[in-house]
Parts: sequence; structure tokens; C-alpha cells
Amino acid sequence: MHETLTDYNFAYLDEQTKRMIRRGLLKAVAVPGLQIPFGGREMPLPYGWGTGGIQVTAAVIGPDDVLKVIDQGADDTTNAVSIRAFFAKTAGVATTEVTTEATLIQTRHRIPETALTSGQILIYQVPIPEPLRFIEPRETETRKMHALSEYGVMHVKLYEDIAQFGQIATSYAYPVLVNGRYVMDPSPIPKFDNPKMHQNPALQLFGAGREKRLYAVPPYTDVVSLDFEDHPFEVQSWDSPCGLCGSTDSFLDEVVMDDAGTRLFICSDTDYCRIQRERADG
Amino acid sequence: MYVAVKGGEKAIAEAHALLAELRRGDPDVAELSLDQIQNQLSLAVDRVMNEGSLFDTELAALAIKQAQGDLIEAIFLLRAYRTTLPRHGVSTPIETTDMRVLRRISATFKDVPGGQILGPTYDYTHRLLDFALAVEAMDETDWDHDAHHHDDALEDQDTETEEASPTLSRVLSLLEREGLVEQPPSAVSTPSVDLTREPLDFPAARETRLQALARGDEGYLLSLAYSTQRGYGRTHPFAGEIRSGVVMLHCPVEELGYALPLGEFLVTECDMINQFQGGGDLEPTFTRGYGLQVGLSERKAMSMALVDRALRADELDEERLSPAQDEEFVLAHCDNVEAWGFVSHLKLPHYVDFQSELALIRALRQAAETPDA
Repeated sequence: MHETLTDYNFAYLDEQTKRMIRRGLLKAVAVPGLQIPFGGREMPLPYGWGTGGIQVTAAVIGPDDVLKVIDQGADDTTNAVSIRAFFAKTAGVATTEVTTEATLIQTRHRIPETALTSGQILIYQVPIPEPLRFIEPRETETRKMHALSEYGVMHVKLYEDIAQFGQIATSYAYPVLVNGRYVMDPSPIPKFDNPKMHQNPALQLFGAGREKRLYAVPPYTDVVSLDFEDHPFEVQSWDSPCGLCGSTDSFLDEVVMDDAGTRLFICSDTDYCRIQRERADG
Repeated sequence: MYVAVKGGEKAIAEAHALLAELRRGDPDVAELSLDQIQNQLSLAVDRVMNEGSLFDTELAALAIKQAQGDLIEAIFLLRAYRTTLPRHGVSTPIETTDMRVLRRISATFKDVPGGQILGPTYDYTHRLLDFALAVEAMDETDWDHDAHHHDDALEDQDTETEEASPTLSRVLSLLEREGLVEQPPSAVSTPSVDLTREPLDFPAARETRLQALARGDEGYLLSLAYSTQRGYGRTHPFAGEIRSGVVMLHCPVEELGYALPLGEFLVTECDMINQFQGGGDLEPTFTRGYGLQVGLSERKAMSMALVDRALRADELDEERLSPAQDEEFVLAHCDNVEAWGFVSHLKLPHYVDFQSELALIRALRQAAETPDA
């Protein structure tokens, strides 16, 4: 459908840049959850729109890869369409909307509902990689806090939530402890998705373009959501099933249907929703 | 109904078609040429080259045309192109003392060797709309063409040279000789960080800070500079020297064993003299802030010099109390492509995060209504 661009290198980035990013990724995999600074490049898409994820994808993609891109869990959201078209154009790779067919999945704000398998790579777009940033705005300070595992402030923040609201009032970008060492921002995925990161067979790579940071969770790594013994971590649940496929175990988006405020709850993962409907029909 | 919520490939293609139509405007009106932009909107071209970190008037003009005159969008276009270019080498530092001067003023001395040279400046224009310019074909006005355009300035170097003395000594060197102002830093021994290739690291060296400021947003730096004048990190500045003119760029070639002249280009430099330090055993000495931009970009060069000086607070043992003195605050937010990217990303769908917050706030309200639950 798209003609492959010839004016630019395969997958847009030059090979030296890809090598630089891969070196960063190797270090990130070696020290799970640690943020690795990298020489993020200016991309032809705006900062904040997935430049980190795009650079990671460009660095690891090969001609035989099959790429899936989702935003809010959906393959058909405008930015997912735009990024998928970017790689179809610059790398000429095959693309898919089927989670199980993809070798690389670039995502913004969701982890697919369909379980990932060994050999797949999930690439997250990250806006603010520093989980401590809204507690301590200075990079020089947060770097020290990570080095010393000084994470007490994060627990204090969660405790203050409980004191004020009776529960932890963080519903997305919920902080996790990776491999028992580094507190990590899982990117703004709903906390619903946090348990999927734990001991996942797929390689999880994170790219923050504007902030110029890479980090990773290797396959089968412990990823624990921070909580308290008397206030254990819990995920969201819905009273009604998906209005399209009837699923009761997926993350639901709320769609306002009319001016009277009628609501429809539907799967945010469009591929998962399709599979459930096909299963029901078949 | 559900499909209407989601966008798609077709919607994007239609949006691009509409954009192309809007960009072109009324087809009965003649299309802008890059030549016209380069010549008649040269200050916009300069800004785009500075903040786009690429000296190429033609590409900058193209970016401005493509962006419908939205300069931040044009800067983004130029940066996204620049990032694909290979780095062939590192030039030797330009010698601005050898500048063939188009404009040079000092606010610290009534007269200086070589004189005050106003050059092409808006400074003393009365800001009255010139309705004569509204009429087309104004080629025969009494405006001095040579002084007005880069290309002309570059082409007419020979005549410039005859008119002005080839080089003018620097105003601050007069004070340096008496030891009244700090010496400029000597050549940097280690190669500077290239911020387009390496991430910004804190604390940053002064040359790294200057690099970030050089491609920083003009409006942001202007406001920060202004804030120092209003007491938020006061530095008592004087415009020691502001000069614009043509300098030669050299690049060392290993095989040749010397630096090869690549060509000349127009730059604007600002040397600010600031409050003195000293006391105790130290003799009181004026300090300085520095700004440099390509083209005629005086507002930016002055703002840069003021912010550079404010950011030297630690080095000069000053208390850091104001935003302009705060390196992480200033440098992490001065890039308008980064800033606009992150602000604009709020336009992207956030259904999932918002749904999470909705579910949370409903749960919190429910818990508040039934406190025993």
C-alpha cells in the first residue's frame, strides 16, 4: 500500500543512531528498571506523541518483523494509525492488528489483553520516565534517590492518599518495583495492566524521547506494584460487561452515546474485542 | 456511533488535504517563493535557523512556507530534517573579533575605537504603520537595500569592507586590559557536548548551557531575561557591546593539516557587562554574560547573554533564589519543540487514563456516601 521511502535509511534512523540506542537498550535490559540516558534524536513526529517509542522501534525492527501499533489499546486511533503508517513507509515492514501475529508491538497507555509470548517485544511510549518527578522535580536529586534506593517519599505519597481518600488515589502510571531494586514508572497504563508486567514472557522496552531516557523489563522479571499490607494493590473492575463482545475481564472505555448521557462500555483493546465477538459468533 | 469516536487513516488523509488547501490560500493570489521569504522575511528565517540549529536560509524559508508562517512549526520541520544529516566534523570556533561589522554599538562608552555603527536597526524607527508598504511594487523606495538583506550583505562583502574598517577591536577588551572585567574563558580543552547527539546532563558546563540557550525559544529567554531586570536574580547588566557582521567559518581537514575556510555568514553577538564581584582579598571585577546567534537576532542574543549571566550564580557564589538562576528549570524548559510537543500531546486520546480516573472518583464518592462500607 505504501511505497517505501528511499531518501531515508531503513526505519528512518541512520545506523549509528540505531547502534547508540541498542547499546542503551542492552544496558537497560542488564539493569532492569534503571533509566538509561540516550542521545534521543529529533523525530518527524512531535515530542510527546511517541518519539521515544518510535526510536526504540526503529532501533530494533528488522525487515522480517510484523508490527502492531496501539494507542489506548486500539489499533484504529489516529496516532496509532499515523505511527503504523510511518513504519510501513520508512521500513516497508508488514503490519498487523492481531496481537498474536505481531513480533513488535508499540503501545501508548495499554498492555494488550491477549497474553504475550516469548519472543515478542512490547515497546512503550513514555512521557515522564521518572516515577519520583512529581515528588521531586530535580533530576540531580531523583538520580541520587534511585542510587540510594531512597523510596520512602513514594510510600509517604501513597500513604497520604489513604489518609485523605481512604485508598491509594493513583489509577494510572502506578509505580512499580522492578526486580526488587528500582522503582519504575510503567508509563501511563491503567493500574489494571500492572499485573501483566510481572513475569511477562515478552521483552518490555520503554522509550522517552523528550526526556531522552530508555529502560527495560526483561522477560520473566518480577514487577511488583507498590502497596501496603493493610491496603493491598487492587485493579479496576466494572459493573457491566463490554457492550460489544460481552467480555468481563478486559479494560472498558466509557462511550457517551447521546445528549441524554447514555453510556456504553466497550473494550479498549479493539483486537481482543474482535476475538471475543468472533468466538461468540462462531 | 462507536466508530465515530475513533479516528482513522482516511480522516488523517482528509485533514492533510484540507491543510494543503488552507496553506495555499486563495489560488488567485500569487504563491510565495522561497526567494521572497529569504529576502523579505529574513528575520523570521534567522529565528528558524537559530532555534532549528541549522544554517540554511533556503531550507528555513521552505519550512516557513510549509508551516504557513508558524515559526515554531517551521523550527520543528528544520530540526526533523537536520537530525537525518551526517556530522562531517567540528569547525574551529569562529573569531568574532575579525567580524566584518554591519552593526556595532556599545551602551557603556559614548564613543569607542571604530565608532558606534547603527547599521540596519529598528531601534530608532517610529512604530508607525507605513501605509506606503501596503502598496505593491515598492522596489524604488529609499530604503537601503544593502543593509537590509543577508544575501546582499554577504554578496556585498567587498563593498562593506571598503566602507567599514575590516575589523573592530572589542569594547570589552579595553576593560580587560585594565583588569576591570573578567577575562573570557580560554579555549575549552575537552570537546563540548553536542546537545543534538547527547542528552542534557545536570549540572551542565557553561558551554553546554550556551548551546541549549542558543537553540532555546526566543520568547521564553526574553521573558526570563526580563525577569532578572525586575529583581528576580538581578545582575545589573550593561550592553557592553552588540555587534552583527560577517565571519568566516573554518573546518580543520586532517589530510591538509590546516583549517579550510568554508564560507562566511552573518552572526550577532552580545557581550554583556554585569555587576562586579570581589571584596576581601579579591579586587572588584565586572562579570559578563554572553550571547551569540546567526543572522540578525539581537533580541535573542541579548536575552541569551542575560540568562547566561544569571545561570552563573553558583560559579560566582551568588544565592540562587530566582527562576532565571535555576539551571534545571531554565534549560529543561527552553526548547520550544519539546515544550510544544508535550503540551500538544494533550490533544491525543487519553480515554484509558481518564476512564481510570473516572472509576476512581466514582469509587471515592461512593465510599464517602457510605462511610461504613
